[in-house]
Amino acid sequence: MLIKTNRDGFCQPLASSITDQAIYAGRRDLIKLLASGAAGAALTTWASREALAQSAAVIPQPGQLAPLPSVKSSVAGATTMEKLTAYKDASSYNNFYEFGTNKSDPAKNAHTLKTSPWTVEIEGLVKKPGKYTLEDLLKLSAQQERIYRLRCVEGWSMVIPWIGYSLSELIKKVEPLGSAKFVEFVTLADPKTMPGVGSRVLDWPYVEGLRLDEAMHPLTLLSFGMYGELLPNQSGAPVRLVVPWKYGFKSGKSLVKIRFTDKQPATAWNKAAANEYGFYSNVNPNVDHPRWSQATERRIGEDGLFAKKRKTLMFNGYEAQVGQLYAGMDLKKFF
Amino acid sequence: MSALAGPRPTMRWRSLLRHRLAKPIAFGLALVPFFWLLYAAIFDQLGANPAEALVRATGDWTLRFLCLVLAVTPLRIMSNTPALAGFRRMLGLFVYFYATLHLLSYGGFDMGFDVADMGRDIIKRPFILVGFSAFVLLTALALTSFNRAIKALGGKRWQLLHKLVYVVAGFALLHFFWMRAGKNDFAEVFVYALILGLLLAWRLVNFISKIRL
Repeated sequence: MLIKTNRDGFCQPLASSITDQAIYAGRRDLIKLLASGAAGAALTTWASREALAQSAAVIPQPGQLAPLPSVKSSVAGATTMEKLTAYKDASSYNNFYEFGTNKSDPAKNAHTLKTSPWTVEIEGLVKKPGKYTLEDLLKLSAQQERIYRLRCVEGWSMVIPWIGYSLSELIKKVEPLGSAKFVEFVTLADPKTMPGVGSRVLDWPYVEGLRLDEAMHPLTLLSFGMYGELLPNQSGAPVRLVVPWKYGFKSGKSLVKIRFTDKQPATAWNKAAANEYGFYSNVNPNVDHPRWSQATERRIGEDGLFAKKRKTLMFNGYEAQVGQLYAGMDLKKFF
Repeated sequence: MSALAGPRPTMRWRSLLRHRLAKPIAFGLALVPFFWLLYAAIFDQLGANPAEALVRATGDWTLRFLCLVLAVTPLRIMSNTPALAGFRRMLGLFVYFYATLHLLSYGGFDMGFDVADMGRDIIKRPFILVGFSAFVLLTALALTSFNRAIKALGGKRWQLLHKLVYVVAGFALLHFFWMRAGKNDFAEVFVYALILGLLLAWRLVNFISKIRL
């Protein structure tokens, strides 16, 4: 991969081409000021409409956790303009079975999670295995803001402004051997702090996996924050994976180990129900879950009770970016 | 339910059941979950996914009223309180009321009232098919619940028809079991199965002891 063009997602933007956060935040303040009535009536109407259009990109400040500054990402497809899901919904409606199987359980129970000190162990088929502290990982590459759609296998979706960097940055650092074909992600399973560990729902620890080329894709995000702040515990603090074109459960939370292997990892949901959850689990409206349709989804917080559900997009709308990873594959067989 | 284990009801309790306000009060109480859900839906108290919350809550309340209505006869006989019989039809119709809300929530919020889509969904997904079958059976019971229908059918045939409520209970449990199978989370399913199982077991024992007499 020596060929570099301006269009491939691996390119880093020139530092000079990134609008400084203070400047773009300032522009929005100006628009808000206009909208608030400082300008004439006609101008106000125009500006408020503009402010509304901008609201998709303005990250609300939840003020819950320490801020995590970031720059806008230049990776292709990394910043959807869709309306963000409210922080309240994104941080109260979670699947994190280590803290209980109800959607409201993680927000209630995850306060026990101890996120510091934290280390992630890199092992398996790499030249440079070892333990990385959270501090090492936080500064390994520039933190970027990525606004991704999140599609849960259960049929709902959100739009979340994550903060992190491409997992490929870390992978390049640890230098996988030629024999490495897959990456396995092991998440924390601490029965002392996680009341759901020990339940028979899944085999613990929760393990997920990707093909190496999927893991290297620039959209695959190693995430430390969301909504401008550090991740709340229920969203997988202090470090998690976000793979936007796959169903949400592929994106492991609270990672403790990243292992490079030559065999396809045995993943948690695949072990629990192989006929329902495949290794790939790419978002695909044409392949139904055995117990429900995947053709549509409910966007949390946005669609009113009586609104029709929206159509689910192939690869969750990231087909242009990731479609080539699966060229020639029968996606009904490799679901 | 606590009356099962509690002391025998006093005469005073029995006369309260016969009070002319007893039924209207029971009716009002049975509507409390409905009005709570209505309030919660309007004032955004149902969490991030209100549609899902409504589908689940109406299903839960259908199961709860099913347990209640099936408890009437065992309670009536064990506590020797004939007046309880007068509440059975109302409770049965409330099972149907919440089942209808459950079906409407699924049809409206999940399927956007697209009848063709619903038809396909019912055929395709066993757990929906079982739930829908339970609703069809409940419809037959609700339609034959008034006095003239009982007379027209004749007591014996009417009773036989209304024994279908046990099939409904079985279907409803299976529906709930399959729905929870995705998360291997059967604790609540087990509670309902235990209650319905005990109520059915009581009937079997009662039936067998009658034959011996």
